[in-house]
Amino acid sequence: MATTNPIGSLFGRNPFSALQKHMRIVVECADMVPGLFEAVAAGNMAEVEVIKSRIFEREEDADLAKNKLRRRLPRGLFMAVNRGDLLEVLDMQDSIADVAQDIAGLLYEREMEIPAQLEDQLYPYVSSCVAVCHDALKIIECLDELLEMGFRGKEGARVENLIKELNKAEHETDEMGIALSRTLFRYEDEMKPVSVLFWYRLIEWIGDLADYAEKVGNRLRLMIAK
Amino acid sequence: MDVITIYGVWFIGLAALFGLYMTWGIGANDVANAMGTSVGSKAITVSKAILIAAIFEFAGVVLAGGRVTETVRKGIIDPAPILDNPELLVYGMLASLLAAGLWLMIASAKGWPVSTTHSIIGALVGFALVGIGPDAVHWAKVWVIVSSWVISPLVGGSIAFLIMISIRRLILDTDNPFENAKKWGPVYVFMVGFLIALVTLFKGLKHLNIELTTGMSFVWSIVIGLLVAFLAWLFIRKKERDPAADEASRFASVERVFAPMQVFTASAMAFAHGSNDVANGIGPLSAVVSIVKTGGEVAQKAELPIWILALGGIGIVVGLSTMGYRVMKTIGKKITELTPTRGFSAELAAAATVVLASRTGLPVSTTHILVGAVLGVGLTRGIAALDLRVVGKIVVSWVVTIPVGALLAAVFYFMLKGIFG
Repeated sequence: MATTNPIGSLFGRNPFSALQKHMRIVVECADMVPGLFEAVAAGNMAEVEVIKSRIFEREEDADLAKNKLRRRLPRGLFMAVNRGDLLEVLDMQDSIADVAQDIAGLLYEREMEIPAQLEDQLYPYVSSCVAVCHDALKIIECLDELLEMGFRGKEGARVENLIKELNKAEHETDEMGIALSRTLFRYEDEMKPVSVLFWYRLIEWIGDLADYAEKVGNRLRLMIAK
Repeated sequence: MDVITIYGVWFIGLAALFGLYMTWGIGANDVANAMGTSVGSKAITVSKAILIAAIFEFAGVVLAGGRVTETVRKGIIDPAPILDNPELLVYGMLASLLAAGLWLMIASAKGWPVSTTHSIIGALVGFALVGIGPDAVHWAKVWVIVSSWVISPLVGGSIAFLIMISIRRLILDTDNPFENAKKWGPVYVFMVGFLIALVTLFKGLKHLNIELTTGMSFVWSIVIGLLVAFLAWLFIRKKERDPAADEASRFASVERVFAPMQVFTASAMAFAHGSNDVANGIGPLSAVVSIVKTGGEVAQKAELPIWILALGGIGIVVGLSTMGYRVMKTIGKKITELTPTRGFSAELAAAATVVLASRTGLPVSTTHILVGAVLGVGLTRGIAALDLRVVGKIVVSWVVTIPVGALLAAVFYFMLKGIFG
C-alpha cells in the first residue's frame, strides 16, 4: 500500500518546534549558572559538582537537538523563513549552552573562590544575564503566532518590540559587566594574579550569555524580514 | 455487430466489474487525500470523515458527475474511423479500464503518487492511437485536459493564497481575533455552500430533469449558502475562549472556531471529488453500456443513465469504508501542521477549483489541486516547512503515467481483440 502519500509527505517536520525545544534546553543550562555561583560562595564543592554535571548533561542534550534539527533541514524544503537565518538562530542559541558549560567547567576545575569585594555586584549581574536569556526564549516561543500571521502585521510588530526590549536589557548587562570589571581592577593587587585573569574571563563569559541571547533576537529579526 | 449481440452482456458485465474496481480504488486512496486535511487538523474524527465522505461523494457523483463522465466517455476518442466496427471501441474502453487499474495497483504498491485521472486519460489516448490511429484522438481536447492539469493546481494555489490572506486581514490581524472569527466564520461558510451550489445548479441538473433558469440557480444557491452558514453559526455560537490554550498560543481560540467550519469544507471536498474523479471509473463503463444497448451505435447519443452514476457512487463509498479508513488515519497523523485556518483555506480553494473543473467537464486530479492549494497557503509564509520534493515526484509520476497507461491499454486492447475477434 502507498506509504508516500503526496499530501502526507508534502509536510516537512516543523523546524520551529524543534528550534523552541532546543532553546528551552539551552535556557535550562543558563538557569543553573546562578546556583553554581551560590554553591561556590558557600564553598559547597559537592553541590558545584552536581550542578556542573547537570549543565554538561543538558548541554549535550542541546547538541543532540541541534544536530537533529540540522539533519531535518534539507535544501529542498520550502520554508516560511530563510534556511540560513534559521540555522544562525540555532547556532546563537547553542552558544548560550556552550558558554554556560564553559563557566561551569572553570568554576569546578579551578576551584574558584568568589572575592568578597565582587559579591555585591556579581549576583545581580549573573541573574540579569540569565534574565536576558529568558527574554530571548520568550521571543522564540512567539514563532507559532508569527507563523499564524505570516510574519507580518500586529504580531510582527509585537515581536519587534520584544526584540527592542531584549536589546535594552542586554545593554544594561553590558553596563553591569563594565562596572564589575572596574571593581575587579580596583582590588586586583589584593588577589592572586592568575585568579584576577580568570575573573576577567568569567565576567566576559557571563556577559556572553546575554550577548548570545541578544543575537538570537537579532537573527530572528532578520528571519521575520526574510 | 455480431460480436456485440453475442457478447453484449459479457462486455457490460466486464466493464461494470472493472469500473467498480476503479471506483473502489478511487474511494480507497483519493478520498483520503481529499479529506485527510480535516482529519489532520483534528476538526473531525476519522469515522465522521467517512460518514461525510460517503454522503457527499455520492451526492457529488449523482448531481455533478455527469459532465466529466461524458468527456471520458466520448470527448477524447473520435470513433468516426471505426463506425463499422463498434466492438473495437468496446475493447478499447475495457482495455483502458484494465490498464489504468493495473497501473494504479503497481503505483500504489510502490508508493508513487500516481493520479487515477492521468492513468485513464493516458490509457484512452494510448488505445486510440495504437488501436485505431492518430486521427482517432481528439487532440485539441486532450491538450485542453493536459494543460488543465498544470493550470488547476495553480488556480487552486492562488485561491488558497487569497483566502488565507483574507482570513489574516479580517480575523487574525485584528484587535479581537476571537470575536472576528465568530463574526466572519459563517460568511466564509456561506461562500462554501454558495459556490458549490451555484456551479452544480447552473444548467447542471438536466439529467435529473431539473432545469433552473439563471436567476433561479442564483436564488437557490443563495438559499443553500445561507442554510449552511446558519448551520455553521449554530456550531460556532457555543464556542468559548479557552484561556489555558491561549496561554500556549494566542490564536488557539480562533482555531477552535475554525475547526467546526472544516466540516463544511470537508463536505465540499468530498462533493467536488465525487463530481470529478468518478468519471475515471464510470466514463468507459458508460461508453460500453451505450454501445451495447444501441446495438453498436458508436456515436453514443444517448443520455448517461443514472444507474451508472449510482454504481460509481457505490464503488467509491465501498472503497472508502473498506480501505479509506486506514489511509485517512495515516494521512491525518502526518499533517498536524495544517491548523484549521490553514486547512480551511486549502480545502475551500481546492474544492472550488475541482467543482469548476467538473462543471467544465475537465478531468483533473483532486490530489494535485490540493497540493497546489497547500503550497498557496505556504506562499503566505503560513506553513513552517513544505517538502518540495513531492512536487518533483508528482511531475515525474505524471510524465511516466501517460506513456505507461497508453502502452498497457494498447497491449490489453490487442489481447481483447485476439480473444473476442
